[in-house]
Amino acid sequence: MKRLTTDVLVIGGGAAGMSSALSAAKAGVGVTLLEREPVAGGVLNQCIHNGFGLQFYHEELTGPEFASRLQREMSEEGVSMIGECYIRHIDVKEKKATVLSPKGAFEISARALVISSGARERPFGSLLIQGHRPSGILPAGVVQRYVNLENYLPARRAVVLGSGDIGLIMARRLTLEGVEIVAVIERMPYPGGLTRNIVQCLEDYGIPLVLSTTVTKVIGRGRLEEVEISKVDERFVPIFGTSSRLKVDTLILSAGLLPQVEDFDDDLTVDPINRGFVVSNTGESSVEGVFAAGNNVAVYDLVDYVAAEGWIAGRHAALYALGKNTPGKKVPVVRGDNVGVVAPGIVDMEEHVRLYVRLKNPMEEGTLILKELGLEKSFSYGVPSEMIQMVINKEKLMPLIDAGRLTVEVH
Amino acid sequence: MQAVVIGGGVVGSLIARELSRFRIKVVLVEKSEDIGQGVTKANSAILHGGYDDPPGTLRARLCASGNLMFDELSEELRFPIRRTGSIVVAKDRSELPKLEELLQNGINNGVKDLKIVGRDELRELEPHISRDFRYALFCGSAGITEPWMVAIASAINVAANGGEVVTGEEVIGGRIYEGRVTEVFLSSGRKLKADLVINAAGLFYEKVASAFGVSVPSVYLRKGEYILLDKKASELVNMIIFPIPTAAGKGKLVVPTVDGGVLLGPTSVELPGFSPEDVSTTDSGLASVRESGENLIPGIDNPKFFIKSFAGLRPETVQKDFYIRRAEELANFITVGAIRSPGLTAAPAIAEFVINTIVPETGIDLTRRDDFTPGIEERIRIKELPVREVSRLIDENPSYGRIVCQCNEVSEAEIVQAIRDGARTIDGVKFRTRAGFGRCQGGFCSWNIAKILARELKKDLSEIGQNSKESWVVSGKVRQ
Repeated sequence: MKRLTTDVLVIGGGAAGMSSALSAAKAGVGVTLLEREPVAGGVLNQCIHNGFGLQFYHEELTGPEFASRLQREMSEEGVSMIGECYIRHIDVKEKKATVLSPKGAFEISARALVISSGARERPFGSLLIQGHRPSGILPAGVVQRYVNLENYLPARRAVVLGSGDIGLIMARRLTLEGVEIVAVIERMPYPGGLTRNIVQCLEDYGIPLVLSTTVTKVIGRGRLEEVEISKVDERFVPIFGTSSRLKVDTLILSAGLLPQVEDFDDDLTVDPINRGFVVSNTGESSVEGVFAAGNNVAVYDLVDYVAAEGWIAGRHAALYALGKNTPGKKVPVVRGDNVGVVAPGIVDMEEHVRLYVRLKNPMEEGTLILKELGLEKSFSYGVPSEMIQMVINKEKLMPLIDAGRLTVEVH
Repeated sequence: MQAVVIGGGVVGSLIARELSRFRIKVVLVEKSEDIGQGVTKANSAILHGGYDDPPGTLRARLCASGNLMFDELSEELRFPIRRTGSIVVAKDRSELPKLEELLQNGINNGVKDLKIVGRDELRELEPHISRDFRYALFCGSAGITEPWMVAIASAINVAANGGEVVTGEEVIGGRIYEGRVTEVFLSSGRKLKADLVINAAGLFYEKVASAFGVSVPSVYLRKGEYILLDKKASELVNMIIFPIPTAAGKGKLVVPTVDGGVLLGPTSVELPGFSPEDVSTTDSGLASVRESGENLIPGIDNPKFFIKSFAGLRPETVQKDFYIRRAEELANFITVGAIRSPGLTAAPAIAEFVINTIVPETGIDLTRRDDFTPGIEERIRIKELPVREVSRLIDENPSYGRIVCQCNEVSEAEIVQAIRDGARTIDGVKFRTRAGFGRCQGGFCSWNIAKILARELKKDLSEIGQNSKESWVVSGKVRQ
């Protein structure tokens, strides 16, 4: 069995991993990237629509274009990318992993780690929806994989549960390929995806969006035959007498993404609301020299955010590997009113802060307040599906030394 | 001599394997696309100690002896078992007599390693058990297995000994001559010569019997709903935990699974009418499974653990006992039906009982062959091997290093082996290899498994099903 060493080991070659590998390499260290698929890119490879890269590359790209640009830059910077990898065992504290791949099993040890394991789609089974267990119930990402990469149609007539972005995009994609999308249904009283996707993927194609409604039963022997939907009250409990049935052969789930933390959470702290790793604004986790970035920290709206966070984590991982890191005083980020997902969870005063906040409830008008810093940002039409971003220069962080924390609240 | 065994569940498969020891050609016929996908698939997967079956019943006798046969059987057929032990938990002194009754019953049934434990020992056995429980009946011989693997491995063994395993074909009747079955007809039109017929068709045993003009006791169905939990939940559970049994059955349990997950359930609801395909779950059933689990292990009813819910059916008769008889109408037709709980545990003993006690009534010559091979070669599970060995395997065959299911560490080579062993559907691969059984529920690998199936079976992806011909996965190509 081979034994390899590297300065920075990046686990997972999606947008976060590629970006951090690239930035670490640019900082002058040796980087190895381990990826489960034969090629890096992650979900970008199957997101053939455009709308990516406006912030990271300042131009509009498709997913595969975004991925291939990062791939090319990584290889120019000498990142060693190993595909078809499986991490059999990882010792986070020792920064050592045992890896299986078709080219052989190997052990790799590093000076710094970046964990960019991404997120997975919430599976149907976990929703405990009553009924049969036929084929034809699948997460939107799997549908996307079949259609865009495998050239197969997994549906004839479908309903989409959940108005997350992937679900909206697949509703449009399947419509273009001749699949009938009966409706997109959402249990919340407001949509889960970006407004631009509601307009461009549903409204432009006349696909109904049905709010405050959920699937309450699936029916079908063999293949899915029917789906029962019902209105729900404000606590998401189905309202008796409101159910109806849709004849569909496919139920596409866009029921949210779950950060993939389980293989590491014995060692790394996980935030119960983000469900992702707690990291500072340098990307460092609760273990020194171990960084995390992307959808395993918080499920971000845009790949551009993920790539930007990966970039920061990669640079700090490189500094750590070189022994050049200068950790500053750290204070925790504390949630105040109407704040759901928030990242980072810790402010390291040596680095600028890019704060991402998700509202708990929609607001017509609101103000994001960073209490101890006396900073504010006003917004209108705030919805939980669109993160509010705020950048704070590190020079302005001084008040946090005495305060010992940064409270984020929305009024 | 040719024997036709109808039904590839755990009972039919084990009977077919027992028959393979003799100079008899065995044909095992299963109507589903794979072995072990009926009652065998959806139950609590428990090797019961045998302390709660009423003494004198067939099931009491065959459960206790069946349990003891599993160590050797699992060695030979290479399926996993774990003797986790079980506890039946009681809250206070008023429930103690029930435990004592079970203990005495167990002793009468010949069950060993049974004792009543108090609070301290209970905490030691199961640290996360609810503080409400003060006493328990501990049974050391209880354990868990993968029931479908018992059936699948038996079928592999039948084929290895020269028998034939037919899947995806239904028995529709047969030819009868002078009070004996001479031929069995399959839905494909194929006719099988038959000197002996075993009806082990599970929920469909009445239908099969009536196709031959044989009358058997009517069965009704009980549905059991379950919730499967992530392996993270296994930190809370060491062994099988039963509440005090009631008239409806053994109650809703907390059970570790051999691959490291946890199962909650089952409910036990009698179905009106006879609907052997109604394996639907219900909101009320799932809610009661959650509540009962939480009563036993506080904290286990946590949505972050939920992976899947499902339901299984079990046959029941008024007598509440197995029905194992030679037909009065036909001299060479044996019915092995109404295999209710503890059918899995009893299955090896049922097979032995059928061969030793019932088959001789048919006049079939039972001469042992001297070339029977009882074992099958162990199927490689790289997850269970040290990395040095996996490394060596990858050097020989790189597809051992291509991990298709990352939740359960299943390689492409293992999936190909499963297909060579008879898997023809995504579920066939899943139940044999555990690929797709983990927390992503196939989100990352189901499409890939479908592709490997299509490639190995030389079919188009649109011909691959989840578990049956009707359960298509893709309708066709996007572009030709």
